Amino acid sequence: MMARVFAYPRLSVFVLIVWLTLNQSISPGQIIIGTALGLFAAVTLSALQQPGLRAGNPVAILRLVGFVGLEIVRSNIAVARIVLRPRAERRSGFLTIKLEIDDPYALTVLACILTATPGSLWVNYDPRTGLLLLHVLDLIDEAEWASIVAGYEARLKEIFR
Amino acid sequence: MSGLTDLPLWAAILVSIFVLAGSAMTLIGALGLLRFRTFYERVHAPTLGASLGTVGVLAASMLFFSVTRERVVVHEVLIFLFITMTTPVTLMLLTRSALYRDRAEGQDDLPDVRSVEDR
Amino acid sequence: MSLVILSWSITIAQVMLGLACACATSRILAGPRAQDRILGLDTLYVTIMLVLLTFGIRSGTNIFFEAALVIAVLGFVGTVALAKFLMRGEVIE
Repeated sequence: MMARVFAYPRLSVFVLIVWLTLNQSISPGQIIIGTALGLFAAVTLSALQQPGLRAGNPVAILRLVGFVGLEIVRSNIAVARIVLRPRAERRSGFLTIKLEIDDPYALTVLACILTATPGSLWVNYDPRTGLLLLHVLDLIDEAEWASIVAGYEARLKEIFR
Repeated sequence: MSGLTDLPLWAAILVSIFVLAGSAMTLIGALGLLRFRTFYERVHAPTLGASLGTVGVLAASMLFFSVTRERVVVHEVLIFLFITMTTPVTLMLLTRSALYRDRAEGQDDLPDVRSVEDR
Repeated sequence: MSLVILSWSITIAQVMLGLACACATSRILAGPRAQDRILGLDTLYVTIMLVLLTFGIRSGTNIFFEAALVIAVLGFVGTVALAKFLMRGEVIE
Protein backbone atom coordinates (compact mmCIF):
# COMPACT_ATOMS: atom_id res chain seq x y z
CA MET A 1 0.00 0.00 0.00
CA MET A 2 2.75 2.47 0.95
CA ALA A 3 4.57 1.74 -2.29
CA ARG A 4 1.42 2.57 -4.24
CA VAL A 5 0.92 5.86 -2.36
CA PHE A 6 4.34 7.13 -3.41
CA ALA A 7 4.40 5.37 -6.78
CA TYR A 8 4.05 8.51 -8.90
CA PRO A 9 5.81 11.44 -7.17
CA ARG A 10 5.70 13.66 -10.27
CA LEU A 11 1.95 13.14 -10.67
CA SER A 12 1.36 13.87 -6.96
CA VAL A 13 3.34 17.12 -7.16
CA PHE A 14 1.48 18.11 -10.34
CA VAL A 15 -1.92 17.54 -8.70
CA LEU A 16 -0.78 19.57 -5.68
CA ILE A 17 0.30 22.47 -7.91
CA VAL A 18 -2.99 22.37 -9.86
CA TRP A 19 -4.96 22.35 -6.59
CA LEU A 20 -3.05 25.34 -5.18
CA THR A 21 -3.41 27.27 -8.45
CA LEU A 22 -7.12 26.55 -8.54
CA ASN A 23 -7.61 27.85 -5.00
CA GLN A 24 -5.12 30.71 -5.44
CA SER A 25 -3.72 30.11 -1.97
CA ILE A 26 -0.71 28.52 -0.33
CA SER A 27 -2.16 28.25 3.16
CA PRO A 28 -1.18 25.11 5.14
CA GLY A 29 -4.72 23.71 5.00
CA GLN A 30 -4.84 23.85 1.22
CA ILE A 31 -1.36 22.28 1.00
CA ILE A 32 -2.55 19.37 3.15
CA ILE A 33 -5.69 18.83 1.03
CA GLY A 34 -3.67 19.10 -2.18
CA THR A 35 -1.05 16.62 -0.98
CA ALA A 36 -3.76 14.16 0.05
CA LEU A 37 -5.40 14.51 -3.37
CA GLY A 38 -2.06 14.00 -5.12
CA LEU A 39 -1.31 10.82 -3.17
CA PHE A 40 -4.85 9.54 -3.77
CA ALA A 41 -4.37 10.17 -7.50
CA ALA A 42 -1.16 8.09 -7.37
CA VAL A 43 -3.04 5.17 -5.76
CA THR A 44 -5.75 5.41 -8.42
CA LEU A 45 -3.26 5.52 -11.27
CA SER A 46 -1.25 2.57 -9.98
CA ALA A 47 -4.45 0.48 -10.16
CA LEU A 48 -4.32 1.01 -13.94
CA GLN A 49 -0.81 -0.50 -14.15
CA GLN A 50 0.65 1.84 -16.72
CA PRO A 51 3.96 0.98 -18.39
CA GLY A 52 6.92 2.75 -16.82
CA LEU A 53 7.77 6.25 -18.00
CA ARG A 54 11.44 6.91 -18.72
CA ALA A 55 11.48 10.61 -19.40
CA GLY A 56 14.66 12.53 -18.81
CA ASN A 57 16.64 15.54 -19.88
CA PRO A 58 14.63 18.62 -18.84
CA VAL A 59 16.62 20.78 -21.26
CA ALA A 60 15.40 18.68 -24.20
CA ILE A 61 11.81 18.94 -22.88
CA LEU A 62 12.04 22.75 -22.66
CA ARG A 63 13.52 22.90 -26.17
CA LEU A 64 10.64 20.76 -27.47
CA VAL A 65 8.06 23.02 -25.75
CA GLY A 66 9.62 26.13 -27.29
CA PHE A 67 9.82 24.52 -30.72
CA VAL A 68 6.19 23.37 -30.57
CA GLY A 69 5.08 26.85 -29.44
CA LEU A 70 6.76 28.50 -32.42
CA GLU A 71 5.42 25.84 -34.77
CA ILE A 72 1.84 26.35 -33.49
CA VAL A 73 2.06 30.12 -34.04
CA ARG A 74 3.48 29.60 -37.54
CA SER A 75 0.81 27.08 -38.58
CA ASN A 76 -1.95 29.21 -37.02
CA ILE A 77 -1.01 31.97 -39.43
CA ALA A 78 -0.72 29.50 -42.32
CA VAL A 79 -4.18 28.01 -41.67
CA ALA A 80 -5.71 31.48 -41.22
CA ARG A 81 -4.39 32.34 -44.70
CA ILE A 82 -5.93 29.15 -46.11
CA VAL A 83 -9.32 29.98 -44.55
CA LEU A 84 -9.33 33.49 -45.98
CA ARG A 85 -8.12 32.37 -49.43
CA PRO A 86 -10.61 31.78 -52.28
CA ARG A 87 -12.03 28.28 -52.50
CA ALA A 88 -10.26 26.84 -55.51
CA GLU A 89 -6.70 26.85 -54.21
CA ARG A 90 -7.16 24.34 -51.42
CA ARG A 91 -5.75 20.83 -51.45
CA SER A 92 -6.12 18.58 -48.43
CA GLY A 93 -5.72 14.88 -48.07
CA PHE A 94 -4.56 11.82 -46.17
CA LEU A 95 -0.92 10.94 -45.84
CA THR A 96 0.87 7.81 -44.59
CA ILE A 97 4.17 8.17 -42.78
CA LYS A 98 6.41 5.44 -41.36
CA LEU A 99 7.28 6.20 -37.73
CA GLU A 100 10.48 5.06 -36.04
CA ILE A 101 9.53 5.63 -32.41
CA ASP A 102 7.45 2.97 -30.64
CA ASP A 103 7.43 4.16 -27.02
CA PRO A 104 3.73 4.63 -26.06
CA TYR A 105 4.40 7.91 -24.24
CA ALA A 106 6.41 9.34 -27.13
CA LEU A 107 3.60 8.38 -29.51
CA THR A 108 1.03 10.04 -27.21
CA VAL A 109 3.01 13.27 -27.11
CA LEU A 110 3.51 13.18 -30.88
CA ALA A 111 -0.24 12.64 -31.42
CA CYS A 112 -1.10 15.60 -29.19
CA ILE A 113 1.48 17.87 -30.84
CA LEU A 114 0.41 17.03 -34.39
CA THR A 115 -3.29 17.43 -33.62
CA ALA A 116 -2.90 20.61 -31.54
CA THR A 117 -0.97 22.17 -34.42
CA PRO A 118 -3.54 23.60 -36.84
CA GLY A 119 -3.38 22.05 -40.28
CA SER A 120 -2.38 18.52 -39.31
CA LEU A 121 -4.44 15.81 -37.64
CA TRP A 122 -3.37 12.43 -36.31
CA VAL A 123 -5.95 9.87 -37.45
CA ASN A 124 -4.61 6.38 -36.88
CA TYR A 125 -1.47 4.49 -35.92
CA ASP A 126 -0.88 0.84 -36.57
CA PRO A 127 1.55 -0.59 -33.99
CA ARG A 128 2.33 -3.68 -36.10
CA THR A 129 3.56 -1.83 -39.16
CA GLY A 130 4.49 1.48 -37.49
CA LEU A 131 2.46 3.37 -40.09
CA LEU A 132 0.86 6.67 -39.12
CA LEU A 133 -2.19 7.97 -40.96
CA LEU A 134 -2.26 11.76 -40.99
CA HIS A 135 -4.74 14.22 -42.46
CA VAL A 136 -3.26 17.53 -43.55
CA LEU A 137 -5.04 20.65 -44.74
CA ASP A 138 -2.26 21.89 -46.96
CA LEU A 139 -1.03 18.86 -48.88
CA ILE A 140 1.29 20.50 -51.37
CA ASP A 141 4.45 18.59 -50.61
CA GLU A 142 4.31 15.14 -48.97
CA ALA A 143 8.05 15.07 -48.38
CA GLU A 144 7.88 18.32 -46.42
CA TRP A 145 5.29 16.86 -44.00
CA ALA A 146 7.39 13.72 -43.61
CA SER A 147 10.41 15.83 -42.69
CA ILE A 148 8.35 17.86 -40.15
CA VAL A 149 7.24 14.63 -38.46
CA ALA A 150 10.81 13.28 -38.57
CA GLY A 151 11.98 16.47 -36.83
CA TYR A 152 9.51 15.90 -33.98
CA GLU A 153 10.55 12.25 -33.80
CA ALA A 154 14.22 13.16 -33.39
CA ARG A 155 13.37 15.55 -30.55
CA LEU A 156 11.12 12.97 -28.86
CA LYS A 157 13.81 10.28 -29.11
CA GLU A 158 16.08 12.59 -27.16
CA ILE A 159 13.51 12.75 -24.33
CA PHE A 160 12.03 9.22 -24.22
CA ARG A 161 15.01 6.92 -24.38
CA MET B 1 -17.61 48.82 -15.67
CA SER B 2 -16.01 48.93 -12.23
CA GLY B 3 -12.77 47.09 -12.86
CA LEU B 4 -11.73 48.90 -16.01
CA THR B 5 -10.92 52.29 -14.49
CA ASP B 6 -7.68 51.78 -12.58
CA LEU B 7 -5.41 50.46 -15.32
CA PRO B 8 -2.29 52.18 -16.67
CA LEU B 9 -2.22 52.97 -20.39
CA TRP B 10 0.48 50.46 -21.38
CA ALA B 11 -1.44 47.62 -19.74
CA ALA B 12 -4.68 48.70 -21.41
CA ILE B 13 -3.02 48.66 -24.83
CA LEU B 14 -1.39 45.25 -24.25
CA VAL B 15 -4.63 43.72 -22.95
CA SER B 16 -6.47 45.12 -25.97
CA ILE B 17 -3.94 43.67 -28.40
CA PHE B 18 -4.12 40.22 -26.78
CA VAL B 19 -7.90 40.09 -26.55
CA LEU B 20 -8.38 41.35 -30.12
CA ALA B 21 -5.79 38.95 -31.58
CA GLY B 22 -7.29 36.00 -29.71
CA SER B 23 -10.85 36.70 -30.73
CA ALA B 24 -9.84 37.42 -34.35
CA MET B 25 -8.12 34.01 -34.50
CA THR B 26 -11.22 32.34 -33.05
CA LEU B 27 -13.43 34.09 -35.60
CA ILE B 28 -11.19 32.98 -38.49
CA GLY B 29 -11.34 29.41 -37.19
CA ALA B 30 -15.13 29.52 -37.00
CA LEU B 31 -15.27 30.99 -40.52
CA GLY B 32 -13.18 28.04 -41.68
CA LEU B 33 -15.70 25.71 -40.05
CA LEU B 34 -18.35 27.39 -42.17
CA ARG B 35 -16.44 27.67 -45.45
CA PHE B 36 -14.62 24.35 -45.85
CA ARG B 37 -16.44 21.84 -48.02
CA THR B 38 -15.67 18.40 -46.53
CA PHE B 39 -15.72 17.22 -42.94
CA TYR B 40 -12.03 16.34 -42.98
CA GLU B 41 -11.15 19.91 -43.92
CA ARG B 42 -13.53 21.37 -41.35
CA VAL B 43 -12.01 19.39 -38.53
CA HIS B 44 -8.86 21.52 -38.79
CA ALA B 45 -10.70 24.80 -38.26
CA PRO B 46 -11.48 24.68 -34.50
CA THR B 47 -7.79 24.21 -33.61
CA LEU B 48 -7.27 27.90 -34.43
CA GLY B 49 -9.64 28.94 -31.64
CA ALA B 50 -8.34 26.27 -29.31
CA SER B 51 -4.68 27.24 -29.71
CA LEU B 52 -3.88 30.90 -30.42
CA GLY B 53 -7.43 32.13 -29.79
CA THR B 54 -7.48 30.73 -26.27
CA VAL B 55 -3.90 31.80 -25.59
CA GLY B 56 -4.67 35.39 -26.62
CA VAL B 57 -7.76 35.81 -24.45
CA LEU B 58 -6.17 34.00 -21.50
CA ALA B 59 -3.03 36.16 -21.73
CA ALA B 60 -5.21 39.29 -21.74
CA SER B 61 -7.11 38.05 -18.69
CA MET B 62 -3.90 37.13 -16.82
CA LEU B 63 -2.30 40.50 -17.54
CA PHE B 64 -5.44 42.44 -16.63
CA PHE B 65 -5.97 40.73 -13.27
CA SER B 66 -2.26 40.75 -12.43
CA VAL B 67 -2.14 44.54 -12.91
CA THR B 68 -5.45 45.44 -11.26
CA ARG B 69 -4.96 43.20 -8.22
CA GLU B 70 -1.25 44.00 -7.95
CA ARG B 71 -0.22 40.36 -7.61
CA VAL B 72 0.56 37.59 -10.07
CA VAL B 73 -2.62 35.84 -11.20
CA VAL B 74 -1.84 32.59 -13.01
CA HIS B 75 -4.92 30.42 -12.60
CA GLU B 76 -5.84 31.02 -16.26
CA VAL B 77 -2.98 28.62 -17.06
CA LEU B 78 -5.28 25.82 -15.87
CA ILE B 79 -7.81 26.52 -18.63
CA PHE B 80 -4.94 26.56 -21.13
CA LEU B 81 -3.77 23.16 -19.82
CA PHE B 82 -7.26 21.64 -20.02
CA ILE B 83 -7.92 22.96 -23.52
CA THR B 84 -4.55 21.94 -24.98
CA MET B 85 -4.75 18.46 -23.45
CA THR B 86 -8.36 17.78 -24.42
CA THR B 87 -8.79 19.29 -27.90
CA PRO B 88 -6.45 16.77 -29.63
CA VAL B 89 -8.29 13.86 -28.00
CA THR B 90 -11.67 15.21 -29.09
CA LEU B 91 -10.63 15.83 -32.68
CA MET B 92 -8.88 12.47 -33.04
CA LEU B 93 -11.91 10.57 -31.73
CA LEU B 94 -14.28 12.56 -33.92
CA THR B 95 -12.20 12.02 -37.08
CA ARG B 96 -11.88 8.33 -36.41
CA SER B 97 -15.61 7.91 -35.90
CA ALA B 98 -16.31 9.98 -39.03
CA LEU B 99 -13.96 7.77 -41.07
CA TYR B 100 -15.56 4.67 -39.57
CA ARG B 101 -19.03 5.87 -40.52
CA ASP B 102 -18.01 6.93 -44.02
CA ARG B 103 -16.34 3.59 -44.71
CA ALA B 104 -19.29 1.68 -43.28
CA GLU B 105 -21.39 3.45 -45.90
CA GLY B 106 -19.07 2.28 -48.65
CA GLN B 107 -16.83 5.24 -49.45
CA ASP B 108 -13.83 3.12 -50.40
CA ASP B 109 -11.55 6.01 -51.39
CA LEU B 110 -11.01 6.77 -47.70
CA PRO B 111 -8.28 4.97 -45.72
CA ASP B 112 -9.02 2.10 -43.37
CA VAL B 113 -8.98 2.95 -39.65
CA ARG B 114 -9.67 -0.40 -38.06
CA SER B 115 -7.04 -0.89 -35.40
CA VAL B 116 -5.46 -4.19 -34.48
CA GLU B 117 -7.89 -5.10 -31.71
CA ASP B 118 -10.84 -4.87 -34.09
CA ARG B 119 -9.57 -7.52 -36.48
CA MET C 1 -7.98 57.10 -21.91
CA SER C 2 -7.16 53.54 -20.92
CA LEU C 3 -10.82 53.03 -20.03
CA VAL C 4 -11.91 54.08 -23.54
CA ILE C 5 -9.33 51.83 -25.25
CA LEU C 6 -10.13 48.84 -23.11
CA SER C 7 -13.92 49.05 -23.22
CA TRP C 8 -13.89 49.50 -27.01
CA SER C 9 -11.48 46.64 -27.67
CA ILE C 10 -13.42 44.31 -25.39
CA THR C 11 -16.65 45.25 -27.14
CA ILE C 12 -15.08 44.56 -30.55
CA ALA C 13 -13.65 41.27 -29.29
CA GLN C 14 -17.07 40.24 -27.96
CA VAL C 15 -18.68 41.06 -31.31
CA MET C 16 -16.07 38.92 -33.10
CA LEU C 17 -16.57 36.05 -30.66
CA GLY C 18 -20.33 36.40 -31.08
CA LEU C 19 -19.92 36.09 -34.86
CA ALA C 20 -17.78 32.99 -34.26
CA CYS C 21 -20.59 31.56 -32.12
CA ALA C 22 -23.01 32.28 -34.97
CA CYS C 23 -20.75 30.41 -37.44
CA ALA C 24 -20.54 27.42 -35.11
CA THR C 25 -24.30 27.46 -34.54
CA SER C 26 -25.06 27.55 -38.24
CA ARG C 27 -22.73 24.56 -38.70
CA ILE C 28 -24.71 22.73 -36.00
CA LEU C 29 -27.96 23.56 -37.78
CA ALA C 30 -26.70 22.90 -41.31
CA GLY C 31 -24.93 19.62 -40.62
CA PRO C 32 -24.93 17.88 -43.07
CA ARG C 33 -23.95 14.88 -40.94
CA ALA C 34 -23.83 14.13 -37.23
CA GLN C 35 -20.04 14.53 -37.03
CA ASP C 36 -20.30 18.06 -38.47
CA ARG C 37 -22.84 18.99 -35.83
CA ILE C 38 -20.63 17.63 -33.02
CA LEU C 39 -17.68 19.57 -34.41
CA GLY C 40 -19.81 22.72 -34.41
CA LEU C 41 -20.84 22.06 -30.82
CA ASP C 42 -17.21 21.64 -29.77
CA THR C 43 -16.28 24.96 -31.42
CA LEU C 44 -19.26 26.60 -29.73
CA TYR C 45 -18.09 25.36 -26.31
CA VAL C 46 -14.61 26.84 -26.71
CA THR C 47 -15.92 30.13 -28.13
CA ILE C 48 -18.46 30.60 -25.34
CA MET C 49 -15.72 29.92 -22.82
CA LEU C 50 -13.70 32.75 -24.39
CA VAL C 51 -16.77 35.05 -24.31
CA LEU C 52 -17.11 34.37 -20.57
CA LEU C 53 -13.44 35.27 -20.07
CA THR C 54 -13.93 38.60 -21.84
CA PHE C 55 -16.94 39.28 -19.60
CA GLY C 56 -14.65 38.50 -16.67
CA ILE C 57 -12.16 41.16 -17.82
CA ARG C 58 -14.98 43.67 -18.29
CA SER C 59 -16.51 43.14 -14.86
CA GLY C 60 -13.27 42.48 -12.98
CA THR C 61 -14.67 39.53 -11.02
CA ASN C 62 -13.59 35.93 -10.64
CA ILE C 63 -17.00 34.33 -11.10
CA PHE C 64 -16.75 34.18 -14.89
CA PHE C 65 -13.41 32.40 -14.64
CA GLU C 66 -14.97 29.59 -12.62
CA ALA C 67 -17.76 29.24 -15.17
CA ALA C 68 -15.20 29.17 -18.00
CA LEU C 69 -13.24 26.44 -16.22
CA VAL C 70 -16.36 24.31 -15.81
CA ILE C 71 -17.24 24.73 -19.50
CA ALA C 72 -13.67 23.82 -20.52
CA VAL C 73 -13.89 20.54 -18.59
CA LEU C 74 -17.49 19.57 -19.31
CA GLY C 75 -17.30 20.48 -23.01
CA PHE C 76 -14.55 17.91 -23.44
CA VAL C 77 -16.50 15.16 -21.69
CA GLY C 78 -19.62 15.91 -23.73
CA THR C 79 -17.85 15.90 -27.08
CA VAL C 80 -15.93 12.71 -26.32
CA ALA C 81 -19.13 10.95 -25.29
CA LEU C 82 -20.84 12.03 -28.51
CA ALA C 83 -17.88 10.98 -30.68
CA LYS C 84 -17.75 7.61 -28.93
CA PHE C 85 -21.46 7.19 -29.52
CA LEU C 86 -21.02 7.81 -33.26
CA MET C 87 -18.32 5.17 -33.47
CA ARG C 88 -19.97 2.34 -31.57
CA GLY C 89 -23.54 3.26 -30.86
CA GLU C 90 -22.84 3.23 -27.12
CA VAL C 91 -20.80 5.43 -24.81
CA ILE C 92 -19.39 2.96 -22.30
CA GLU C 93 -18.23 -0.38 -23.61
